[in-house]
Amino acid sequence: MTAQNGRRRFKHEVIDATPGGEQLTLCLQCGTCGGSCPSGADMDHTPRRIFAMIDADMKDEVLSSNTPWFCVSCYYCSVRCPQEIPITDLMYTLKQMAIREGRYEQRRASDFSETFIGYVESYGRAFEMGLATRYHLFHNPMKMVGMATGMGLSLLQKGRMSLTPERINNIEQLQAILNKAKQLSAGGA
Amino acid sequence: MTANANGSYAYYPGCSLTKNAAAYDVSSRVIARALGFELNELTDWNCCGASEYFSLNQLPAYALVARNLALTASEGAKQVVAPCSLCYVNLYKTDKYMGDHADLNEKVNAALAAGKLAYRAGDVKVRHLLDVVVNDVGFDNVAAAVKKPLYNLRVAPYYGCLIVRPRTGFDDVEYPTTMDHLMEVLGATVVDFPLKAECCGGHMTQISDDVALELIRRLLHNATEYEADAIVTVCPMCQLNLDAYQDQVNRRFGTRFKMPILYFTQVMGLAFGMEPKAVAIGKEIVDARPALAKVTAEPPVQPKKKRRDKSALPMPSTEREG
Amino acid sequence: MAEERVGVYICHCGHNIAGTVDVEAVAEWAADLPNVEVSRHYEFMCSSLGQELVEEDIKTLGLTRVVVAACSPHMHERTFRGACERAGLNPYLFEMANIREHASWVHAVDKEGATEKAKALVSAAVHRVVHHTPLETMKVPVEPTTMVVGGGIAGIQAALELADAGYKVIMVEREPSIGGHMAQLDKTFPTLDCSACILTPKMFDVGAHPNITMLTYSEVEAVEGYVGNFVVTVRQKARKVITDKCTGCGTCWEKCPIRVVDDVYEAGLGYRKAIYRPFPQAVPKYPVIDVESCTYYKTGKCRACQMFCPTEAIDFDQQDEVVDYKVGNVILATGYEQFDARRIPEYGYGRLANVFTSLEFERMVNATGPTGGKIMLRDGVTEPESVAIIHCVGSRDRRYNQYCSAVCCMYSLKFAHLVKERTGAEVYNFYMDIRTPAKGYEEFYHRLLEEGVRFVRGRVAKVTDAARGPGEEGKLIIQCEDTLIGKQRRIPVDMVVLSAGMEPRHDAEEIGHLFGISCSVDGFFIERHPKLDPMATMTDGIYVAGVCQGPKDIPATVAQGAGAAARVLGVISQGEVALEPIRAEIDEEHCSGCRICNTMCPYSAIDYIEELQVSRVNPALCKGCGTCVAACPSQVITGAHYSYDQVMAQIDGILIDVNRPVTAEAEVAAD
Repeated sequence: MTAQNGRRRFKHEVIDATPGGEQLTLCLQCGTCGGSCPSGADMDHTPRRIFAMIDADMKDEVLSSNTPWFCVSCYYCSVRCPQEIPITDLMYTLKQMAIREGRYEQRRASDFSETFIGYVESYGRAFEMGLATRYHLFHNPMKMVGMATGMGLSLLQKGRMSLTPERINNIEQLQAILNKAKQLSAGGA
Repeated sequence: MTANANGSYAYYPGCSLTKNAAAYDVSSRVIARALGFELNELTDWNCCGASEYFSLNQLPAYALVARNLALTASEGAKQVVAPCSLCYVNLYKTDKYMGDHADLNEKVNAALAAGKLAYRAGDVKVRHLLDVVVNDVGFDNVAAAVKKPLYNLRVAPYYGCLIVRPRTGFDDVEYPTTMDHLMEVLGATVVDFPLKAECCGGHMTQISDDVALELIRRLLHNATEYEADAIVTVCPMCQLNLDAYQDQVNRRFGTRFKMPILYFTQVMGLAFGMEPKAVAIGKEIVDARPALAKVTAEPPVQPKKKRRDKSALPMPSTEREG
Repeated sequence: MAEERVGVYICHCGHNIAGTVDVEAVAEWAADLPNVEVSRHYEFMCSSLGQELVEEDIKTLGLTRVVVAACSPHMHERTFRGACERAGLNPYLFEMANIREHASWVHAVDKEGATEKAKALVSAAVHRVVHHTPLETMKVPVEPTTMVVGGGIAGIQAALELADAGYKVIMVEREPSIGGHMAQLDKTFPTLDCSACILTPKMFDVGAHPNITMLTYSEVEAVEGYVGNFVVTVRQKARKVITDKCTGCGTCWEKCPIRVVDDVYEAGLGYRKAIYRPFPQAVPKYPVIDVESCTYYKTGKCRACQMFCPTEAIDFDQQDEVVDYKVGNVILATGYEQFDARRIPEYGYGRLANVFTSLEFERMVNATGPTGGKIMLRDGVTEPESVAIIHCVGSRDRRYNQYCSAVCCMYSLKFAHLVKERTGAEVYNFYMDIRTPAKGYEEFYHRLLEEGVRFVRGRVAKVTDAARGPGEEGKLIIQCEDTLIGKQRRIPVDMVVLSAGMEPRHDAEEIGHLFGISCSVDGFFIERHPKLDPMATMTDGIYVAGVCQGPKDIPATVAQGAGAAARVLGVISQGEVALEPIRAEIDEEHCSGCRICNTMCPYSAIDYIEELQVSRVNPALCKGCGTCVAACPSQVITGAHYSYDQVMAQIDGILIDVNRPVTAEAEVAAD
C-alpha cells in the first residue's frame, strides 16, 4: 500500500537495516525456517509467514508479533535456508524496529534485553544477579520468590552468582564508542 | 603444535566465566597449562552483548564486540580464544561481517574512533576453545596427557548451537563430531546423541517458560534415552539452562532427570589425573559425583560386533563427495 | 584507403536497441565518419528487407565496405556476410558492431551513455573495415564417421539414427556396459512402462549394428583436429577377459569369492563380484575384472574365474589398448551424476539407516534389483507402513545447486504410486512446488491425488530419529512447516526417500576442455544457443545431447539425441565444410626460424621446415587464435582479419570523441 504513495516499502526498510538482508528478496516461501525453528510452534507466525507479511507491507502485524522475540538465535534456519537468507539477523532487525516504532507487545522480552544492556552500558559487563532481580521485580514478582528459594538460591550457594557488578576500567572509552554508534545508527543503520 | 609459533592466545573469558561459569574458567586455564599453551587474558575486555544487544540496536552491538577485537589486535595477538559459544559467535560474526559488508565496517570503525580505537577485519582470528584443543593441540597430544582414562563413563557430547552455527567452518553445522572424538581419546564412552547441536533454550528461560523448559526437557530426555551418565558441554548458557533448570523441568513434566552437566574442560582435567576440585567439580547443581564414581580402571569390554544380517541391505558409506 | 565507400546500418532490433540507444542520432553522426558513403537506421536489419537494403546499396551506390551495428556477431554475422556475397562483395569486407549486448542491454538505465558507446563502437567498425582485405574460405572434406561419447539413452538414440542413415559410428562408453541411468530404472513416468523393456531392444541394436563400433570400458584421452577431421584417442581399459573367447556364460562370477558393494549399477544398495557383468541385459555381455577388488591382483592367488572358465577367456595380463579414431563429428552424451545426499547432513543419509536416495529406491523397486522389487527397510525384511518422499534434495538450493533438476517431481510421484501399489503404506510427498510441465504429467499428478497419496507443501527442515515422546519412538521423524497451514509438523514414518537432483559429471569440465567446449556456472555443457541451437556447441563439429547439457527427462533426452544426429547428418551429407579463412600466415622471408611459435601453438598447426629453416602454418589446422602473432619476436606473423593495421584502426576508432561532431574532429586532426 505504501509503495504506490512513493514511500519506501517496509521490505526495503528491513533489508537496508540488515547486513546481507538483500537475500530476503529471494525467499521462496519453502518453510525450511519455520520447520527448523525450536520455538516455531509457539510463535504467532512462522518466520516464513513473517516474510510473506513483510512482502505484503503488513508492518503493524509484523512488528507486534511475538515471532522475533521467540527467536532463540540458534541459526538453524540461517544455515538451512536454500536461498541463504540471514534469517536470524533479520529477526534482530525486526526486534530493533519494533522497539523503535513502539509497536511491540512483547514487553517481557524487550525489557529483558533492555535491562541487560543497561548493565553492559554502565559497567561494561553483564550482571546476572542485578538483571534477574530488576527484571523480575518488574515483570514477575512471583519469580523473585523462586529466585530467592529455588534455583537462584542454589546458584548463590554454589558461589555462581555475584552480588555486586564488575566494572571495566575504561568505561568512558566504551561509552564513547557506544554513543557514537547510536548516533550513526539513528541516521539509519 | 600448529597454532601460533609460541602456542599462546589472547583469552576472552566473557562475563559468564567470571562468576556463574567460573568452573569453566578454572578448568580451561588448568588444561591449557597441562597441554602447554598459554591463555593470556585480554586486558579490560567488555561484555559481548550476548544476544540481547543485537536485539535492541545492531550497530552499537557490533561496536561493542569490535572493541574487544580492537583491543586484541592492539595487544599484538593474532588469535583470540573464547570458551563461551555466545561470545565466540559474536566475536566471529563481527569480524566476518565487517569484512563482508563495507558499510558496516565503516560505521563500526567510526564508532571505535570515538574511543581512539580501530579494527581491520581479519586481523584477529576468532577461535573457540574446543577448536584450539582439537585442531591446534590435536588428539595425539591430548591422548599423551591422559593419565586416568574415564573408562565406562558414558557421556553425551552436547555442542549446542553457536559453536557450529552460523557456518564457522570448524565442525559440521548439523552433526558435529570433534568433541565425540575428544571424549573417546579421554577414554569415555560416547553415546549417540542426535540432539547434540540443538538449542538449549538460550535466553528463552527469561521470556517463556513454556518454550524454554520444553527445549531443555527434550535434551535431557534424549541423553537419558541413550543412557548417558553426563552431558558434556562447551557453553556456559547451555550448562546453566540444563543444570539450573533441571529441577523445574522435573517439576513441570513429572520427570526424574538427574543428569549432571559438565564442561568438556572439566572432563579433560579429570582424565589428565587432576583432583575434582582442581577443575571445580562441585559447582554444578546436579551433583556429578555419582556419575564420576562409575569410572573404572579397566576399559569396558567391547561388545562383539554383530555380524551383519545376511538379508540386510548395505549401508551407504559415510564418506562425502565434493 | 581513402577511396573506400562504406555503408553503415544501425539496427533498432525492435525495442531491444532503439529503446535505449538513440539510433537516429547514431546514424546521423556516423554519416560524417571518414569514408562513409551512406548511413541508415532500420527496424530489423536481419529481416529480408533489411538485408535487401544492404544488397541494394552495394549495387547502386557501389559500396566497397559494409558495417552493420546490431546484435552479437554470434547471432547474425553470417547473415550479413551472406547479404554482401549475394550483392557481389567479398563477405570479409563486412564488419559488425555489437550495440545490443555491448550497449543497449548492459546500459539500459543510461540512455545517453549507451548512445555514446554505440557511436564509439560504430566508429571502431568503420575505421577497421577500410583495412579489411578480401578472404576466401577453404573447403575440406568431411570424414563421415561420427563418434558418440556416452552410451546412455541419449548416445544410443544418436548412434542409431546415424547408423540407420548408413554412416559409421564409434560409441565410447566408460562403464562395462551401455545403457546408462535408464538401465537402472524400473518404471518410467508417466506411463509406467517398463524401462528395461523399451531400452534393451535399443541396446541390443547398438551392439549388433554393422555400422556401430562399440567401445565399452573405454575413455577418451585426447582430441585433435577440427570439424570434419578430428582424431580422437581412446583408451580401452583392459577387461582382463578375451571377448573373442567369452560366451558370457556367467561361470566366472558365480565362482568368484569376492563380493563388493556395487556403487554404480546398484547405486550402493546391492553387491556384485570382483569379476562381474553389471546387469543381465548388459551389452556387450562380457564381464570385466575389477582390479581394485580382485584377490589375484593383491596376492597373486585365487584365479578361481580362470580355473572355471570353460573357454579360457580370462587373461590376467591383458593390457589397456590406446587407439586413434578419425571422425568428422562428435556427439557428447555423457549424462549426469546423482547429487550426493550426504552433503545435506540434516537429512541424515548415511547415518540413519532407513533414509534412501532415489537411485537406491529405483534399484529397490526394480524386479532385478537387490530385493527383487520388494519395498523394504534397510534390514531387508521389514515392509514400511509409512514412507516420506522429500523433493528438491540438492536442487533449488543455493548451498548446492540453484537449478531445478526437472525430473524429481515426476519420479517422486512415480515412487509414491509404486509404494501405494506394492505395500499400501501411507505415503507423504514433501514439496516446494509440484512441476509437471509435459504431456500426460499433470494427469499423472491427479491420478496420485485420487490414489490418496498425501502432499505436504513445505521443504523438510530435518529428518531425525530423536523421539520427543512415545508416538515417535523407533520412527524417523520428518520435521517441517506445513506452509499451507502455517504450522510446524512432525510426522513419524518408517522410510524416507530423498529425491536427489542431477549434477554434471564430476569431470565434465575436463571432458569439455578435451573437446574445446565450456561449461555453464552450473557445470553443464553450454549449447550454441539455448533455444534455437541446443544441440550444437561453439566448437564446430562438437554436439551435445541429453543431461550433460542440462537436466531433462527421457523424452527430451531422446529428442535431443535424435536432433544432434540430424545436425551431424546435415554436415556429413554436404560432404565438405568451409573453414573460416581467419588464420595466421608467416612471412617466411623474415622468419628467423626461432621456433617459438611452434611450441606456443595450442593446435600444433605450425610446422618447422627444416631445409628452409623457417616455420609454416598448416592452414587446415590453424584456428586463427593469434597466439603465434603475439609470440613472434620478429613480428613477422600476421593474423588474417586481425592484422596490426586493422586492430590499431579499430582502437583509433573507438577512442574518438563522440561528443564532438566528426567534422570538428577531422579539423583537429588536420591541424
